[in-house]
Amino acid sequence: MTEQADSKYILLRHREIPGIDQLEVYQRVGGFSAFRKAVTTMQPADVTEVVKASGLRGRGGAGFPTGMKWAFIDNKNWPHYVVANADESEPGTFKDREIMEGNPFQFLEGVAIAAYAIQAHVAYVYLRGEFWQLAGVLDQKIAQLEAAGFLGDRLFGTDYSLRIYTHLGAGAYICGEETAMLESLEGKLGQPRLRPPFPPSFGLYGKPTVVNNVETLTNVPLIIEKGAAWYRTFGTEKSPGMKIFSLSGCVNKPGNYELPLGTTFRELIFTHGGGLPAGRKVKAIMPAGASSSLIVATEQALDTPMDYESVPSVGAQLGSASVIIIDDSVSIDWLLNKTLHFFKHESCGKCTPCREGTYWMMHLAERICSGEAEQSDVELLKNVASQIKGKCLCALGEFSIEAVLSGIERFPEDFLRRHHAASDVMSPVAAAPELANE
Amino acid sequence: MSDVTSEKLVTLTIDGKVVKVPPGTLIVDAAKRVGIDIPVFCYHPKMEPVGMCRMCLVDIGRPVIDRATGQPVLNPDGSPKVQFGPKLETACTTPVSEGMVVIGMSDKVQAARKEIVEFILTSHPLDCPICDKGGECPLQNLTMEFGPGESRFLYDEKMHLAKHVPLGELIYLDRERCIQCGRCVRFQDEIVDDPVIGFYHRGRSLEIVTFSDPGFDSYFSGNTTDICPVGALTTADFRFGARPWELKATASICPQCPVGCNIVYNVRREARSQGRIVIKRAMPRQNEAVNEIWMCDKGRFTYHYTESPQRLTQPLIRKAGELQPASWEEALDLVASRLRASAGSLLALAGGRLSNEDIFNFQQLSSHMLGKNVLYTSMAGGDLIAQVGLGKGSNFSDMGKGTTLLVVASDLEEEAPIWWLRVKQAADRGATLIVANPRSTKLDRYAAQILRYPYGAEAATVLALVNALSAKRLALPAKGQAGPAAAEVKRAADAIAAAENLVVIYGSEGLGLSGSQALAQACANLLIVTNHTGRPNNGLLAVWQRANDQGAWDMGFRPAVDLAAVMSTSACIYIAACDPAGDQPAYAQALSEASSQGAFLVVQELALTETAKMADVVLPVQAYTEREGTLTSGERRVQRYYPAVLPIPGPKPDYEIFAQVGQRLGMDWESAAPARIMMQVAAKVPGYQELGVNPYRSLSEVWEQYPIIGRSDLYYGGTTYENTQGLGIQLSPAAQRGEVVSLTLPQLSAAPSAEGELLAVPITILYDRGATVLPSELLHQRIPQPFVIMHPSDAQRQGLSTNQALQIRLEGLEYTVGLRLDASMPAGFVLVPRSLGLPIEQPVSIQVRQPVARESAPVVK
Repeated sequence: MTEQADSKYILLRHREIPGIDQLEVYQRVGGFSAFRKAVTTMQPADVTEVVKASGLRGRGGAGFPTGMKWAFIDNKNWPHYVVANADESEPGTFKDREIMEGNPFQFLEGVAIAAYAIQAHVAYVYLRGEFWQLAGVLDQKIAQLEAAGFLGDRLFGTDYSLRIYTHLGAGAYICGEETAMLESLEGKLGQPRLRPPFPPSFGLYGKPTVVNNVETLTNVPLIIEKGAAWYRTFGTEKSPGMKIFSLSGCVNKPGNYELPLGTTFRELIFTHGGGLPAGRKVKAIMPAGASSSLIVATEQALDTPMDYESVPSVGAQLGSASVIIIDDSVSIDWLLNKTLHFFKHESCGKCTPCREGTYWMMHLAERICSGEAEQSDVELLKNVASQIKGKCLCALGEFSIEAVLSGIERFPEDFLRRHHAASDVMSPVAAAPELANE
Repeated sequence: MSDVTSEKLVTLTIDGKVVKVPPGTLIVDAAKRVGIDIPVFCYHPKMEPVGMCRMCLVDIGRPVIDRATGQPVLNPDGSPKVQFGPKLETACTTPVSEGMVVIGMSDKVQAARKEIVEFILTSHPLDCPICDKGGECPLQNLTMEFGPGESRFLYDEKMHLAKHVPLGELIYLDRERCIQCGRCVRFQDEIVDDPVIGFYHRGRSLEIVTFSDPGFDSYFSGNTTDICPVGALTTADFRFGARPWELKATASICPQCPVGCNIVYNVRREARSQGRIVIKRAMPRQNEAVNEIWMCDKGRFTYHYTESPQRLTQPLIRKAGELQPASWEEALDLVASRLRASAGSLLALAGGRLSNEDIFNFQQLSSHMLGKNVLYTSMAGGDLIAQVGLGKGSNFSDMGKGTTLLVVASDLEEEAPIWWLRVKQAADRGATLIVANPRSTKLDRYAAQILRYPYGAEAATVLALVNALSAKRLALPAKGQAGPAAAEVKRAADAIAAAENLVVIYGSEGLGLSGSQALAQACANLLIVTNHTGRPNNGLLAVWQRANDQGAWDMGFRPAVDLAAVMSTSACIYIAACDPAGDQPAYAQALSEASSQGAFLVVQELALTETAKMADVVLPVQAYTEREGTLTSGERRVQRYYPAVLPIPGPKPDYEIFAQVGQRLGMDWESAAPARIMMQVAAKVPGYQELGVNPYRSLSEVWEQYPIIGRSDLYYGGTTYENTQGLGIQLSPAAQRGEVVSLTLPQLSAAPSAEGELLAVPITILYDRGATVLPSELLHQRIPQPFVIMHPSDAQRQGLSTNQALQIRLEGLEYTVGLRLDASMPAGFVLVPRSLGLPIEQPVSIQVRQPVARESAPVVK
């Protein structure tokens, strides 16, 4: 793992540079020099090449190489659009909000560079509905950028023009799915489209569109400014760069931690997150929020590097790196009940398995959790989850079963008990508490 | 199959059957062509696939291609190696590809189908015993085929939702039954572009809502109940009316407009109708060349007039000034004797709802008595349609790029909704649509170009196009005919010149008979000078006001320029299927004058109309649902309808009455059977020879249509009926038979308006107060109170507001009407809807003023 030369942060820079959310401060630390450099000295394709070379991968969850996505843009079909996915809705994920609140100009500069790279003249920031205050702040920042000549017509004396607009969703998890987001942005009901075609060929209003996560875009200005090689000094070979890990659950110091990709769970939890409350030990980890499989917190699992390639070796995905720590006081059936209430509530209803399956699973989990279920209901829950698998229209439907299938399979003892009182569920089920796994 | 065609086709295997289909075909449709039914809920062959319900999951294998050579990798046995995907895929969204192997019969796929049905049933109320769809329900059928035998879902955990949600007064939603397939929403958006319903909320709470006023405000709403794969959407007309398996289906043709939609009447004998056979609903019947699988709500909901208690059951004879019931013998003898007495001075006045058989016999009778055959209409041009009408083989579905459609003087959606739909779809496929109309209509949305002209300049506008396209300029009348600007005309002319195919459609917006005559001739001239006659997908189409106006023209009936004058000079007036006295005060007066001068008035009718009340003899006729016959549509497609119900005792069919009168006059009537009459039509009427020696047999022929719908797999196309009783025969216009058609310069007359005076012009609205519409109580809320439309500037000048009823004086009578404003129409005109209780047949002067006092202005009921 490479040490950073001068600074701990490339994303959460507001933690080091007070006032970076003010344009003059941001400019003083080099803000918008990357965008100016791109527009005035680089061909759009060269910008994409640099991002490609940096190895930057999408931070929204899928980890798709960002530069490759930009290169997929269909240049026979115009106009092009950039949409920043700021619909941060995954339970346990709260990184984009901090970026936009603390370091908004770096994010907006990233949007602008992406737009230049694909020659889009309009970019949208799609924010979840609950971010209405943030949307107001971003609008002010955008207005400042227009006044300062960083956005608008004929930028830096070139022919390139760009406008950025914010758009508020109405509070739906599904709108974080990129095609549902595009539908919502077009003013339609937020439901995912069939894929293919993918947004780079058929996106917003049917035009080629790049959809990138906020964190992804926030990486871009420094990549352009300092180069791909510099960026690759962080993280691993296949997962280069810094990543914000949103740590939550049963830890002493939950919060966002910007660390190189490849940092181990153990380091995140114990070095940065302050470990667990006294007497508790890690039972399970959900590395990708509610849509995550449950990792059994073995020693080996704790030593697993958090990057896109390593996490699957312990039976989960890195996703958006919203790491939820579950300690030994939590019964997994209770956890599943919570998770399934979320997925039932958020299912968009477009496809049958997700719409009906989440509703059914929620009722089963509710009964299991309240002790009213038969043992056969656990089997049925597993069965219903398997029945959803592989049949949904979009990935979010498939997410609803990750915790269910892994939870029942990996923590069978939590589903063996019957007739326990509802008040019991938060009490420890393991015997004598041992000291944490350190 | 020739090499050329097979080269274009894609070969794949579906459950072991080899299928060759055009590229781009979806797997589900390809399977259908070889008789393999892949179950679907959300997919519909008329709409874009969405892949939502996941019912059509299949296992899809594709040949492995060697990346280096680009050649298929072979198995050791030499067969191409096929790679199956990790997941099942939706057959409804996946297009075929060469060498594809589709498996639907495997345990894996069958299990998936069972699982999807199980999911759907977890939220379905399973109330089949009280559901209107039960018996013809895709969900019920697919549950029987694939579904689990018992439920693993606890009944107590079912979500209960509202079961009687009116989406307007015509269509009801049962939220529990809805499986969120979105067919209805997509139909309204994609097909008819009335996006007045939509999904609200999400997940299991997703519900269909309407956001129009009135609710579900679309002329096509009933179709959503046909394609709904469950009993979620039902019509107010049919809901709780009958079970599908009790119903017998009779093929018929909708009599409401000249489109001639193929329909089915579902009938049953029922106790609550005193054991009579009654119509329970009207349903579309597939004819891809006419109405595809759709019909409009007017056609669907207006059949009730046939069972109206106002029907006449006995002949009536005027005795001592009063109409008295009489026997058929007495009535027919009297009619025959009076006809004989007035030979040479007979007026035979026919309405366009008569069948070809009726009108042919009427014509035979009238000719024998040297009568004058008059068609009761204010539209002209049927003779031109017979010459340069749409070519045989025309089908709107084949029109797209390369076709130019000119629609002139028609609010097409109001006049003929299905033609509106088909023109819209042709434009969607790339046809160039030019709309020429004085005010904006819904068709404007799809127009490549809109030509505006003032009322009265219809023919001049089309002639301007003719002049722009013809080397030999036709003289244009100089004054008072200001049409569109020259540049606009040039642009339209260029689009017409570039067209491979040209269809001209004219309606009756703002026109009386003389204006219509000029317009029809101008349109014919446009087709002749551009050589767009006598070929499929080219020619002239008239949006007639009645279903069989074209048939009447073909049998020799013509409108009279001054009908009132003809009435007052005839010794005997024989009126069938129209009510001039009820429509126009002038005709009531003419009939009354004729009567007082000793003329004899015979009226053949369903009910005692205003005209019938003045008659000397009234002869009751059977409703068209009680008998058989044929109608000739505007596209000159002769189509057959069959008896749906038993006739009520008393009335006779029109053709039989004419024959029986004729026999009394010594005419040689071979037979009164409709099939035999049609043989004579085929033998004697120009153009009808194409029906063959046995027209009724040829008219009942069918051939395979795509998409294949209406079989046991109702989930695929909905409950629209398969056509097994006849697709009809389209007649060639004279131009297609090689006859030379010549240009005639139309007579243009200046609009009869004095300077500064307002001119009333007629327009058509779909839901009017016509005799066949009013008996359907369901539609009453959609029939407006009498109203007129004015330009805002005219209304403002006269101090009129839409909040207030106004007084008009029309044809010498006073009316109180509502006011609507339309800024897109030209000033100086007042638009008066036909058949809404106001006398309007042609442009005529009108006086408009504020009512004296608001309280004392009762609205005409």
